[in-house]
Amino acid sequence: MSTAVIRTRALTRVYQAGDVAVHALRGIDLAIDAGEYVAIMGPSGCGKSTLMNLLGCLDSPTSGSYELLGRDVSRLSPDELATVRNRTLGFVFQDFNLLPRTTALENVELPLLYSDVPPREQHVRARAALARVGLAGREASTPNQLSGGQQQRVAIARALVTEPAVLLADEPTGNLDSQTSVEILALLRELHARGLTIVTVTHDNEVGAQAERLLLMRDGQVVEDRRKRAQTGAA
Amino acid sequence: MNLWLVTLRLAVRSLRRNPLRSSLTSLGVIVGVAAVISMVSLGQGARAALQEQIASVGTNMVMIFPGATTTSGARAGWGTGARLTISDARALAQQVEGLRGVSWHRREVAQVQAGGANWTTTIWGVPPGYATVREWPVVAGEFVSQSQNDTAAKVAVLGQTVATMLFGEGVDPVGAEIRIKDVPFKVIGLMTPKGQSAYGQDQDDAVFIPFTTAERKVLGTATLGTVDMIQVSLDPTADEEGVIEQITDVLRERRRIQPGEEDDFGIRTIAEMAQAADTMARVMSNLLLAIASISLLVGGIGIMNILLVSVTERTREIGIRMAVGAKGRHILAQFLFEAVTLSGLGGIVGIVLGVVVSDVISRVSGWPTLVSPLAIVVAFLFSAFVGVFFGFYPAHKASRLDPIAALRHAA
Repeated sequence: MSTAVIRTRALTRVYQAGDVAVHALRGIDLAIDAGEYVAIMGPSGCGKSTLMNLLGCLDSPTSGSYELLGRDVSRLSPDELATVRNRTLGFVFQDFNLLPRTTALENVELPLLYSDVPPREQHVRARAALARVGLAGREASTPNQLSGGQQQRVAIARALVTEPAVLLADEPTGNLDSQTSVEILALLRELHARGLTIVTVTHDNEVGAQAERLLLMRDGQVVEDRRKRAQTGAA
Repeated sequence: MNLWLVTLRLAVRSLRRNPLRSSLTSLGVIVGVAAVISMVSLGQGARAALQEQIASVGTNMVMIFPGATTTSGARAGWGTGARLTISDARALAQQVEGLRGVSWHRREVAQVQAGGANWTTTIWGVPPGYATVREWPVVAGEFVSQSQNDTAAKVAVLGQTVATMLFGEGVDPVGAEIRIKDVPFKVIGLMTPKGQSAYGQDQDDAVFIPFTTAERKVLGTATLGTVDMIQVSLDPTADEEGVIEQITDVLRERRRIQPGEEDDFGIRTIAEMAQAADTMARVMSNLLLAIASISLLVGGIGIMNILLVSVTERTREIGIRMAVGAKGRHILAQFLFEAVTLSGLGGIVGIVLGVVVSDVISRVSGWPTLVSPLAIVVAFLFSAFVGVFFGFYPAHKASRLDPIAALRHAA
């Protein structure tokens, strides 16, 4: 039985740069099941960031369809997309994207501000999320008081606090030294082991090596889809 | 949904991150609101003072004075026309309905002396009914009586200013002797203080003597019975316009003015004077308000300017918020709340400052000020409105950002 969390069909995205139409994505057919750990790799300009923006509901495709948890989200309005991002998706960025001069706890609470979670529960859940990434006790620290690795942990806690169906990580180790990268990768692996679906875009072969499934992209198309281990269920 | 509370908290938090900038931005509104409050207070105070002065003349009073002559097309001004006389006044008293009292006066500026002191003031020749018509009682002694007027007695009633100038502060002058134009008079009374008239004259700077005495022994006259002005007081129930019509009819008939000819006398009512003065005061306070409003407008533009800078500076923050699920309206509300918080706080501080400034103005310059609660409420609401109005464009701009572009924006 298919348990696809993400399913795209003939997904394209065309940017208009002056008179030139740039075909960033040329028909992506993709299915990602619940509990998968997928790494998307490829050279610069291959369209992986564009794909990530579409999967993250930050952008809408030019054509094709995108079903998230069985619901077509490719034609939603900006407000509806915001709700999907808030309820269903968690983001981790290369440069952390924490709010400056804002405590770790408040940063983690941020997605909950835009949800229906009552304020009292927001604190509880944010503390729990921070504890889950190993930052219990650093709730009151602001980003400039935290190391890069700790900042990325706060960002991961922020992504997890809404209990999303999918964690989208865009170069999660891109701004970290190798030792810290190892720690963050270990954290992601641990989260995956507990059943979290992770999709990551990366240049880092380490990241690619740890994922269970590797999508190689070139010129806006998926050119290779390699599974490293047997998966439960089939795409 | 606790969206409003959350947004308010966000706004306050981000304003507190930049205290200097926030307070400088508010300063524009603070100055604007303070200016509005103090200028309105000044205008209101001036109007209230004016009303009080006009009321002090005596409400329900109508004044009749000789009209203008026209010589070869040149109109010579009030008082140059046919004289008004005591008989005119008596005719009015008999023929016009709705009058409570009729009085008249002749006046002239003259020097009065008492002992070594002297003072130049206005001498008023008046009949006994004058004090009643003016609603102006004596505080000590008595006013001019009928028999004193009949016999042209040399008695005088002093206004407060004159009494102070001749006898000193707080001294009862009744019984003392003064000389008016070297004629000896006995002081029989002292008037209550009346204050300034609507035109800024000191009404207490006056000496009242019987009309006949003024005519025959002090001021002199070409024709006996000529008066400078007739005053009538109306019954409280009387219709002012109807009474004025009757007065006009009686005087035109007595003076044989043909239909179509202009009146050779003028009629003014206190209500008219009050209205004219009030209109003037209103124009002045509106002018002040308009000028003050401009500074509030400038304050609003300051808020807009800072918010536009802030939106650009915080593009990335907006991107992050959108990425984690903030909708356009959340962003809009956040920036709008910042604007309203800035202008609202500015409004509150401005109100306090405005009240203080009004107080200082009235202490330093002696001008009356009146801080009205309505002005405070309106100023506060207006400052909040300024926040919404000038905050909307930057907030709208922020809410329309593309999340991907905003996230890529260099921090």
